Amino acid sequence: MALLKPAATAGRRAGADAYASRRRVVWLAVTGFCGTCALMVLRFFFPRTLFEASTRFRIGYPADFALGVDERFKQSNRIWVVREPGKLFAIYAKCTHLGCTPNWIEAENKFKCPCHGSGYDMEGRNFEGPAPRPMDRTYVELDAEGQIVVDTSRLVQCAPTGPCEFDANPESYVVISS
Amino acid sequence: MKPEPEREANRVPLRERVRQTQLWKSIFRVELQRTDKRTRALAVLSNVFLHLHPARINRDAVRYGYTWGMGGISFYLFLVLTVTGVLLMFYYHPTKIQAFRDILYLEHDVPFGRLLRNMHRWAGHLMVITIWLHMLRVVLTGSYKTPREFNWVVGVILLVLTLLLSFTGYLLPDDQLGFWAVTVGTNMARAAPLVGNDIRFALLGGSIVDANALLRAYVWHCIGIPVVAIVFMSVHFWRVRKDGGISGPAPVVLESEITPAGKPK
Repeated sequence: MALLKPAATAGRRAGADAYASRRRVVWLAVTGFCGTCALMVLRFFFPRTLFEASTRFRIGYPADFALGVDERFKQSNRIWVVREPGKLFAIYAKCTHLGCTPNWIEAENKFKCPCHGSGYDMEGRNFEGPAPRPMDRTYVELDAEGQIVVDTSRLVQCAPTGPCEFDANPESYVVISS
Repeated sequence: MKPEPEREANRVPLRERVRQTQLWKSIFRVELQRTDKRTRALAVLSNVFLHLHPARINRDAVRYGYTWGMGGISFYLFLVLTVTGVLLMFYYHPTKIQAFRDILYLEHDVPFGRLLRNMHRWAGHLMVITIWLHMLRVVLTGSYKTPREFNWVVGVILLVLTLLLSFTGYLLPDDQLGFWAVTVGTNMARAAPLVGNDIRFALLGGSIVDANALLRAYVWHCIGIPVVAIVFMSVHFWRVRKDGGISGPAPVVLESEITPAGKPK
């Protein structure tokens, strides 16, 4: 190296710099391309359209429901519609213990979870088994036509301790005059 | 090599510090040192991905004008097809009700779905073409001759497997084109003597191109044939190495390498 003339050293240095910056550009391009592909793949896993049941739907008129628990919308929308004198509400059919779907047992007048035996009365209040709180209720309202609209993306929850305040929340039930 | 003064003044670069960690050293046992050819080869040989390539290769064998790079490009396309194919599987259901609907869904709504599907389609077409060109090159350069005759046979099997992959992929969109292509194709299988009808029956899982045929095409396309192809590809690449490397032209000696006495340096 020492024997090289200054001009030759400078030339070699310039060549080495060009080599280094060319390498940097190539690596930048490669990582940029791979990074963009990774982001595209990530985006790919989030579909724009879903083919699931809508969370907001109409279930008919209050007169369509007799007193008691109605199971017609359990399979399709995971709710029970419960009519009591003067009001109607929908229970979201999901056990508050670990999320199984309980069964309505007409003969015993209770909901029973097959997974760990949690039991709920007709209004969805837990009275046996490991469930920590009553089952959630869904948002319900009457539309202009008088039909009942349910929205399962808006759940009304009961606190695990203390009195249950479903009746304090007007979104959790509709009043029926008859 | 002497470090430059300004570089010396800086603290130890992050890259160097990472390379000193136990984690790094446990993964990369041998550090790449550009000191001499032997230690460079050692770094290559102790890395599972790099050792797939030969540590050293005849300079003349990598001339594109000679190899066309078609074998490598075919393998690269296989990798593209594997990645895009696995991604397509996330949105595709091999059932009569959903298959074609999923194709439309991929084309029009899934993020990057159309790009992905077209990548899979074009890579599939290209792979058949590049394999033919690869075979043409092997014929033209006489690379099928001893000691490479067995690898030629493995290559022919790989060609057949590639064509079968193309054929089974044809039915999966469950459109008119694929339906009739498979109808015709399996009728051709019927022409085989004695067992023709049985072959067709086993391929379709029935007597008509229907739900069973779609599912069978799917399983063969995504699992069965690729697994067999990977086994034969491994043998194919291994044998390239064992049969003396990529076959090359007669060695070229550069003018600068010839000493006045006429001996290579």
